[in-house]
Amino acid sequence: MTDKDFPLIFEHSVPGRVAASLPEADVPDVPLETIIGAERLRTDPAALPEVSELDLVRHYTRLSQRNYAIDVGFYPLGSCTMKYNPKVNEDAARLPGFARLHPNTPDSQAQGALELLWHLEQMLCEISGMDRVTFQPAAGAHGELTALMMIRAYHDERGDHRTRVIVPDSAHGTNPASAAMCGYTVVTVPSDARGNIDHGALRRAADGSVAALMLTNPNTLGLFEEGITEVAEIIHGCGALLYLDGANFNAVLGVTRPGDQGFDVMHMNTHKTFSTPHGGGGPGAGPVAVKRLLEPYLPVPTVERQGELFRLDHDRPKTIGRVRAFNGNFGVLVRAYAYLRAYGPLLRQVSEAAVLNANYLMARLRPYFDLPYDRVCMHEFVLSGRRQKAQHGVRTLDIAKRLLDYGFHAPTIYFPLIVDEAIMIEPTETESRQTMEAFAAALVRVTEECATNPELVRTAPHRAVVGRLDEVAAARQPNLRWRPPGAQGRGA
Amino acid sequence: MSSSADWRPHKYLPLTAAERDEMLRLIGRASVEELLSDIPAGVRLRRTLALPPALADGDLLAHLRTLAERNGHADRLTSFLGGGAYDHHIPSVVWHLAGRAEFYTAYTPYQAEIMQGELQATYEYQSMLCELTAMDVANASMYDGASAFGEAAVMARDLTRRDEVVVSTAVHPQYRDVLRTYTRHLGVRVVELPHHGGITPPAALRGALSGNTAAVMVQSPNVFGCVEDGPALAQAVHDAGALLIVGIADPVSLGLLQPPGAYGADIVAGEGQPLGNHLSYGGPYLGMLATRQAFVRRMPGRLVGATTDRDGRRGFVLTLQTREQHIRREKATSNICTNEALNALAAAIYMAALGRAGLRRVAEVNARRAHYAKQRLCAIPGIRPAFNAPTFNEFVLRVPVDPQELDARLIDRGILGGLPLGRWYPDLRDGWLVCVTEARSRGQIDALVEAVATVVDSVAPVSRS
Repeated sequence: MTDKDFPLIFEHSVPGRVAASLPEADVPDVPLETIIGAERLRTDPAALPEVSELDLVRHYTRLSQRNYAIDVGFYPLGSCTMKYNPKVNEDAARLPGFARLHPNTPDSQAQGALELLWHLEQMLCEISGMDRVTFQPAAGAHGELTALMMIRAYHDERGDHRTRVIVPDSAHGTNPASAAMCGYTVVTVPSDARGNIDHGALRRAADGSVAALMLTNPNTLGLFEEGITEVAEIIHGCGALLYLDGANFNAVLGVTRPGDQGFDVMHMNTHKTFSTPHGGGGPGAGPVAVKRLLEPYLPVPTVERQGELFRLDHDRPKTIGRVRAFNGNFGVLVRAYAYLRAYGPLLRQVSEAAVLNANYLMARLRPYFDLPYDRVCMHEFVLSGRRQKAQHGVRTLDIAKRLLDYGFHAPTIYFPLIVDEAIMIEPTETESRQTMEAFAAALVRVTEECATNPELVRTAPHRAVVGRLDEVAAARQPNLRWRPPGAQGRGA
Repeated sequence: MSSSADWRPHKYLPLTAAERDEMLRLIGRASVEELLSDIPAGVRLRRTLALPPALADGDLLAHLRTLAERNGHADRLTSFLGGGAYDHHIPSVVWHLAGRAEFYTAYTPYQAEIMQGELQATYEYQSMLCELTAMDVANASMYDGASAFGEAAVMARDLTRRDEVVVSTAVHPQYRDVLRTYTRHLGVRVVELPHHGGITPPAALRGALSGNTAAVMVQSPNVFGCVEDGPALAQAVHDAGALLIVGIADPVSLGLLQPPGAYGADIVAGEGQPLGNHLSYGGPYLGMLATRQAFVRRMPGRLVGATTDRDGRRGFVLTLQTREQHIRREKATSNICTNEALNALAAAIYMAALGRAGLRRVAEVNARRAHYAKQRLCAIPGIRPAFNAPTFNEFVLRVPVDPQELDARLIDRGILGGLPLGRWYPDLRDGWLVCVTEARSRGQIDALVEAVATVVDSVAPVSRS
């Protein structure tokens, strides 16, 4: 540590300090050796920090002040739907009846929780145009895996051993990774000049060996698949199923339903579409909605209603099994439920505003950047920084870093992979016109700096708590943990 | 079907109808409808979503409180439930700090320079988890203990190029279910090794190992609350050239018990909920995953590493990302993207709050109070311990009444009793898993004992032996 470094919690440590009040056992004293057995007792205590409560509070408060967050400013991170996270949802999830409910509680004592999940399932079915929902998956990628396993079980039951999954070249990396975890070979299909999946290539790839097409719609270019009906026909025509990566569901709530577009199964990201906080990378929740044909394969447990009683159903003979312990990320689902109840049928206006904001910002920025797919966009759009790179030798990464100096989070960059120097911007519906104007002005100013002072941009950020960090060194010589002074590697 | 007619003010939606019209005019569009014109008419929804009407905050909270209060939560009933989730006292500082909006409304720290808070906190979490488990490296979290357990099996297969894992039946049944789900399509064979007396028998284990065994998977404390003989298991596993994967039912136990790294575990994959996270009906929790330095490049999930900026100042970044799906796609170590960062942050704050001495003290109080409860419950005629192996904060009793019936009677007395094990273990139909943490007082334990004695006496006086 140097005097320029922000200390680690371990570096605040003073032997003997403690930040919690410690209980007494208050039961007759029995030697621990009798209870546990001497040979099983820990000999070398865990070298956890030793700090006072105020040390602890200041350390984490100061760390929080070294963070960017939605509550701090605009977060136009394409594909991530960084919308406002309502406070009332936090209050809801922290109600003792939810936060203090044990997952092994008998159903008879969890009726309120089960009723909430049952109604949430009804609402998600209505919004998606699907028939059933599982709440087991903890995140979007987990939902992808769950869905693919159901698809595989569906084909297997028909004695139809299919080996391949089609993924467009614009897809999220989780799609091919999920397919591989389900034992499938991935076939990549290109996009056409308008940014839609290439129907000719899709037709050539779609044969009896294909289990499913994983499609994001609107896709990762922020464009609606204009030929979605034909895509569904091609896929169903070869006996495969159509899977929707619901990452971009925020664009179409109440406007069009995946179930009506021909999708058989989809996942939703509650931490995108339904406003649950991203938590610095998680938790999320990835409910999967299915058409009736996949219902038998849902993971256990499902939530069932019998009259006025609700119960978890663990006894589903054709289930793919469990994908996690217990009942899903319930605390996240409470927030999603509260969000939907705060909107009701007005939910459609969420998508309309998200689409309007994106188109407005796209129009505002279009004179300054290349726009590889020049169409009306949905909730997000993808620019290219190739002009800035070619003319001024400034990369998209540099532009992103310079934006940080103006107090904005950067857009998603270098994704989707099919756009050179991609800059992917998603404003969401919760941002005002004034915020978008300020962001656009900052980004335009950075493009001017690319011409007038490219070195300033290439060496950004200049106003953050640290300068640009050496990621190559981090990967070459990984330092993944603090070690007690003088300690060598242990356990290896 | 115009969208314009029903554009209404909402507190989460800043655009007014006037602003909308002005913005449309500036981009040369007649209506929002025009912006949706790429969506084929045939798939448009021609009606309003049939959702329950919007609720104002006051009504919304009242509605949710009504639902919440229909639950037998741990502030209403005195809980002795464990079995994979644990009711420990959570110091107030934990969620006052983890609940700061700068943490919970942030995204994955892709722009490192403005996310040093999140990144450093994660680096500290990784470090504390390594100290707790005595392992070399830990990742930034998995979904939960069970999915971490499943991913650990895949990791072991890739590391050893062997295709069979042996899992003890003393591992939580839901973890074994997830293990089967995760490995089913990857050519990994799962072989179950029966527990003996509540623990995994090292001698029988040797017989179950072969040149195909990638890993042996145990939990300690296991689903019965029993502490495994880690060193003996590690010896047997390593003699066969396989890896030892250790789940931990409750990581608070490591304040008192030898950590897996000390007896040679190769991968630790367990549930982190007990470290400062709410019960929350099963989630969000966090999967803990830690391993040896040499295995780090086969590890799934995000990792934070320390580096420097151009002035030599210490900073933190996401690192070794070539393992991950957004770079490697179908060749990634896993498909995991979103993790449980906020829960890992809470776990770190919890560990730092207790510190070196505090974690030991809390673990000790768990063990002592659980031992006291076990002794007193076993003094009730007809009740006996199911196993003799040492236990930490939960234990299995054989009870002379139907455990579900017992629980139902206890609920009438304001007590959430133990977990009936019959649905998972047919030979434990009379098995009742009781958990006692430091959050249960001696008075509450005594009340449990009295209530159980009363119920046993009234329901099954004849079944005493």
